[in-house]
Amino acid sequence: MAARLRQDTIKMIYNSKSGHPGGSLSAADIISALYFYKMNIKTEDPKWADRDRFVLSKGHAAPVVFAALVNKGFIPREELWSFRHGNGSLQGTVNIKNPGGDMTVGSLGQYLSVSAGMALAGKMDKKDYKVYVMLGDGELQEGQVWEAAMAAAHMRLGNLVGILDNNRVQMCGLTDEVLSIGDIAAKFRAFGWNVVQIDGHDMQQIVDTLDAIPNQPDAQPTMIIADTIKGKGVSYMEGTPAWHGGVPTKEQYEQAMRELGGEYEIK
Amino acid sequence: MKSNRVEYGDTLVELAAERPELVVLDADVAKSTGTIQFKAAYPDRFVNVGIAEQNMIGMAAGLATCGKLPFLATFGVFSSMRAVEQLRNAVCYPNLNVKVAGTHSGLETGEDGATHQSVEDISIIRSIPNIRLFVPASPIATHYLTRLAAEIEGPVYLRFGKADAVELYDADEKFPLGGSKQLAEGTDATILAIGNMVEVALDAAKLLAEEGIKVRVLDMYSLKPFDEQAVMKAAKETKALVTLEDHSIIGGLGGLVSETIAGKVCVPLVKLGVKDVFGRSGTKSELFELFGFTPKAVAEAVRSLQ
Repeated sequence: MAARLRQDTIKMIYNSKSGHPGGSLSAADIISALYFYKMNIKTEDPKWADRDRFVLSKGHAAPVVFAALVNKGFIPREELWSFRHGNGSLQGTVNIKNPGGDMTVGSLGQYLSVSAGMALAGKMDKKDYKVYVMLGDGELQEGQVWEAAMAAAHMRLGNLVGILDNNRVQMCGLTDEVLSIGDIAAKFRAFGWNVVQIDGHDMQQIVDTLDAIPNQPDAQPTMIIADTIKGKGVSYMEGTPAWHGGVPTKEQYEQAMRELGGEYEIK
Repeated sequence: MKSNRVEYGDTLVELAAERPELVVLDADVAKSTGTIQFKAAYPDRFVNVGIAEQNMIGMAAGLATCGKLPFLATFGVFSSMRAVEQLRNAVCYPNLNVKVAGTHSGLETGEDGATHQSVEDISIIRSIPNIRLFVPASPIATHYLTRLAAEIEGPVYLRFGKADAVELYDADEKFPLGGSKQLAEGTDATILAIGNMVEVALDAAKLLAEEGIKVRVLDMYSLKPFDEQAVMKAAKETKALVTLEDHSIIGGLGGLVSETIAGKVCVPLVKLGVKDVFGRSGTKSELFELFGFTPKAVAEAVRSLQ
């Protein structure tokens, strides 16, 4: 399924001539594990009150989430091809109006707070759902993330699971060049979080880690630091800031689809 | 006498009994904003996020997506400025059911000085789509409009001052969405005022009445939606308009009235308020004297139009 999500991501961006492939491809394995293995959701009832929630705080990785929502059956496939278009239902970021969309996102730094609010609501109502929120490593430069990190630990939101897509690349360079984030695991531990470090492209590790998080509403929140490669799966995109945002040429598109094992045709 | 911010907190306690989904968020200023009594009444539904307004707005958004009805309060400078992008993107854009109070608005905040006196909040908030904006002038207006905010689906911003407010209304007065209140009648001019300035406008009208100048006074408590009809009526039926607000004249009530009448009716308009400057420390009365928020200064402005 992760390969399918990667193919759809590249097709959407190539077709729309706009989008962010790098951070979508780095997140594909984790998104795949969440939507097709872990999350307790109902396609026939997208707003089911007891569902697990997913919030994409690194909002511009929207293509891979839209691809997941389509392959899961929330959204008709043809809507992928009007992604980012003036007449399309899929905007540049996930919207709460999209079936399967749990929050309207897009502004880096804001949605660990929103996810903490969702987790707090679950705790208040004694529901056993979990709230999964994916952040980018560059996003940790936003101060609000740390306000939320402090609050989630203080409020003991054990039903909140952060997943850091730690691809080490941001728009204008490597995170270490732009603004070094330092020891992320130590930072979250110091803020009172349960921290797990994994390879974000090793499906077994992802699945085992998600399964190992105890279902305790009154406990430390968990941050999964997933080491990933920006642009994973497309050789010329891997590890480079150049493909944070960008549209492949026809030749690049065909090469990407060959490497991802997909068909060229957009349908 | 009671302040509107304390009435807001009391009304939330009353509402909480009727609405189990209502929760109150605070950024550790509840003793100042008036929501401290809610904490005492409903400790399990009161969330102090610490001194972190941006996180407070974000958490309120998350709570609202799960069916909660979050009311929050902090100083207007923080709810309308420190956390404005959170309010715009996490609350107003998805049209979530979050109610935000900005207290200690205007120069009335006094001694704390310019950093704590929000005189730009109306201008900022009203430019954001989906949100409604109310400025109650008295505790009874506050009670009604806080309850109205709970009934409306979607974001609402309520603007309160710091000081005690004179009661201008009867207990059964109604304040419909997008309405206004006429508190004095005359045709020589209309003073349109909001919040703490409604009382000043009424006192100015009394001074003018002694000289035979009859002035209409309107309390424009609903800035968004705005009672354009009442403004147009005043523009046509009275000889001049004067707006009065404890807020910048840029984009506030004065700006709103200008936008309403421009190109439609020709009438003299004087905008009284904070004139593109920051406030300063001082007592409320010192600052009102200094910035022309007195019945005498307002009366003089009306007189100059006769």
